[in-house]
Amino acid sequence: MAFVQQSSPHAHNARPTSKVMLWVILAALPGLLAQTLFFGWGNLINVAWCIAIALASEAAILKLRSRPVAFVLRDNTAAVTGLLLGLSLPQFAPWWVSAVAVISAIVIAKQLYGGLGSNPFNPAMVGYALVLISFPVAMTTNWAEPALLWNSAPGFGDTLVAVASGQQTAIDGWTMATPLDEYKHKIASHTAVEVLAHPTFGEGVAKGWEWVNAAFLIGGLVLIGLKIITWHIPAAFLGALIAMSLAFGSNADQYAPLSLHLLAGGTMLGAFFIATDPVSAATSHQGKLIYGAGIGVLIYLIRSWGNYPDAVAFSVLLMNFAVPFIDHYTPPRTYGHHKARRGQPGRGRS
Amino acid sequence: MTRLWDFSGGVHPAEHKQLSTRRSIQAAGIPGQLVLPLQQHIGEPAEPVVAIGDQVLKGQKIADVSGGMGVPVHAPTSGVIESIGDFPVPHPSGMADKCIILKPDGKDEWCKRYPISDYRKLDRDQILDIIHSAGISGMGGAGFPTHIKLKPSRDRKVDTLILNGAECEPYITADDMTMRERADEVVSGLKVMAWILRPERCVIGIEDNKPEAATALRKAVQGTQIEIAVIPTKYPSGGEKQLIQILTGMEVPSGGIPADIGVMCQNVGTAVAVARAVFEDTPLVSRVVTLTGEALEKPGNFDVLLGTPVDYVLERAGLQPELVSRLILGGPMMGYTLTTTAVPVIKTSNCIIAATASELPAPPPEQACIRCGQCAEVCPMELLPQQLFWHAKAAEFEKAEHLNLFDCIECGACSYVCPSSIPLVQYYRYAKGEIRVQRAEQLKADRARERFEARQHRLEREQQDKELRRKERAKAAAEAQAKQKVEAEKAAACGEAVDKRAASSALVEQALARKKASSEAAQSRAATPVESEPEKPDIDALEKQLAQAQSKLETMQTMLEDARAQQADNVEKLERAVTKNHDRVKRAEEALAESRKSLASQTESQSIE
Repeated sequence: MAFVQQSSPHAHNARPTSKVMLWVILAALPGLLAQTLFFGWGNLINVAWCIAIALASEAAILKLRSRPVAFVLRDNTAAVTGLLLGLSLPQFAPWWVSAVAVISAIVIAKQLYGGLGSNPFNPAMVGYALVLISFPVAMTTNWAEPALLWNSAPGFGDTLVAVASGQQTAIDGWTMATPLDEYKHKIASHTAVEVLAHPTFGEGVAKGWEWVNAAFLIGGLVLIGLKIITWHIPAAFLGALIAMSLAFGSNADQYAPLSLHLLAGGTMLGAFFIATDPVSAATSHQGKLIYGAGIGVLIYLIRSWGNYPDAVAFSVLLMNFAVPFIDHYTPPRTYGHHKARRGQPGRGRS
Repeated sequence: MTRLWDFSGGVHPAEHKQLSTRRSIQAAGIPGQLVLPLQQHIGEPAEPVVAIGDQVLKGQKIADVSGGMGVPVHAPTSGVIESIGDFPVPHPSGMADKCIILKPDGKDEWCKRYPISDYRKLDRDQILDIIHSAGISGMGGAGFPTHIKLKPSRDRKVDTLILNGAECEPYITADDMTMRERADEVVSGLKVMAWILRPERCVIGIEDNKPEAATALRKAVQGTQIEIAVIPTKYPSGGEKQLIQILTGMEVPSGGIPADIGVMCQNVGTAVAVARAVFEDTPLVSRVVTLTGEALEKPGNFDVLLGTPVDYVLERAGLQPELVSRLILGGPMMGYTLTTTAVPVIKTSNCIIAATASELPAPPPEQACIRCGQCAEVCPMELLPQQLFWHAKAAEFEKAEHLNLFDCIECGACSYVCPSSIPLVQYYRYAKGEIRVQRAEQLKADRARERFEARQHRLEREQQDKELRRKERAKAAAEAQAKQKVEAEKAAACGEAVDKRAASSALVEQALARKKASSEAAQSRAATPVESEPEKPDIDALEKQLAQAQSKLETMQTMLEDARAQQADNVEKLERAVTKNHDRVKRAEEALAESRKSLASQTESQSIE
């Protein structure tokens, strides 16, 4: 009798990585649905296109690296990167902008660093930051005007043509500055009341955006409930953003109000889906709190005093830089030890 | 209600315990052959005290230890010692080790036993002796010799004695069934241990998935101070460190033992063994083993004689050989796979799982770590398993050690939840092994260096001593010379009697020394054959030496006369020297004559040629 030889443990009850990623995709669907309802077909087309490009470029580079293509593609991580970019890019972003973002995310930020698990930076945010810096016009003028899908939004065909042709002029009538952009650029010369009169804000906080953010918040809570992510990063992220806003932004005639910070732009998507990418985030609970808070603070700083209206990508990338440093100084205290062993071997206070 | 604490992390694997709790503990019977490893626990192996062919009785000591960390081995039944040699033993490596093979005679005849009526009348050390000679080692896991564990060093008072009945690993029910069916023995064993240790608190920890065991024990402890603590089911609550945390809220210091914080953990099976050793004088010759898994028709718990081959008990439990894919000794979380069924049941074997392929499927291929942190969430030791994994994989052992690799208890919770199905525990074992090897090598290198340095130091010191002695000698010689010179000068200058005497005696000594050296040289030269030497200078030299010796003799004779005249105290010495010199002159003369003769004969022979 030849018995299976295996080292312990013999029992396993893992949720495989592929399933974890599938849950992330599913949890993002309410947000995508809200985006589609309030901003038309653009995001849906982007998501489909980005996922296709992501899978294709991942397959190509795996082939080049002589890795098992089907085995790796099945982990669904490339699909998640594509999805996140599709959700973040402007609705009418030309097809090539999305393609550049996705390819640089998968090929450069992920695979050239060694593939899944070895990338120090969040791939989707590397792609996003790259196109944001390289194509500022395409990245700021292609945001859809908030309009209910069944009301006045451009049809699926029109959107597809606009995205596929990359013709800026065709879509002029359907686009509008984002609330954060509008507030940032008008508040210097206007009062808060005057700025908020702009149609991009609508009746509530930020027309459409508030629902999209609420949907991502719900999806994120589902992920926490499923124990796919822990509460530490989103809580620290949002907590820091709130704290910064309360500390510095109480004057609405000078700075965007807290409600806008939380419910406009990519705040919730960033807090629950992007900053929580485990590969490029800090490890321990304490580290995650510092990491999340760092992102929140940076977002507030860049939004308020930087050149960009939104700042999730830059903040996440900046904190990615800090992760090895954070990890060094935030290991948990091990059972039976008085203190955590911080820092480098040999130099730590054990 | 006992206050309980929680430990961090932990997992809830499917229990599969009902498989083996349906039937009560049955005797497995006597197999055709018993294989008794001489080492069945941590520590040192025992030495056989029987010879091949010996007839032994059940309970008779067949191997003993002289001292140190070890316990004796007893014959589990009566029979004949068939052989002593290397046979496969239960070990993850599948290695062979020294075993005694006993062929049972089927009579199961006991040796004479001397049960104790009241252990309280005995010394604690006597009770510990009984436990030691009964061959008891911990029956829960690693198998630490119980008598040593029960005797913590004097500065460590045990306040809390914990009996571990948590049995948190899936599948295993040996302790559960022991508690259900042998609750009285569990409690009396605990009482004996408590009497030895005198703790303030005795508590039996049982997971809440074993209500029958808890009920049985509650009944058994009635009228005593022993607490029954029913703890929430969570793996690994039965880990010693975790159970201590649950029941006391304290943590065992890293690298320390529970006694450091006044706690001791014993297994319920060990308590039964102690009770039997004390009250029945029955050594540890059998244990309860869970036989379970879906490849068995009649899974259950068996009272198995130690040394019984695994295939025999599997057969008793209705093994369906075509269904077995994996055979595990121990639980599914920490046990190891067996390569062969020929290995025996030993003192630490608590469970054998014959699993089908669908029951414990092979894990999917390892994927990249996505640093999801699930492992850290479940780690009961609050380590960072993923960081340890990265460091182990990159052979950065120093960093792994810095992150407390050696606090890992290898419970397997991290591997159990890893979404990338990385065999994390295997990586940690590898890293620990590498570090141990490195340490051993470092130690060896250090010792070698110390030895080398010590030798260097010694050689240097010897050299220095030599040098010092040489210098001292040279100094003494120089002083003597200077003294001589001064005295000679003085003697020459004033010729005073005392000075002269001293000077002459010094001169005599010097002359004696020189004489000795030169005459010896002359002798040796005279003794050496002169064939190859040029003959003429030799004779010349001898003549010169003779002349010198003669002149010396004369000087000395004058000195002797002087000394006699002055009645000096070195007269005797001088006399002896004169006689000696006289002999030397004589010898020199003889040597000269002889060499002249030989020279003559040589020239003769040469002329003949």
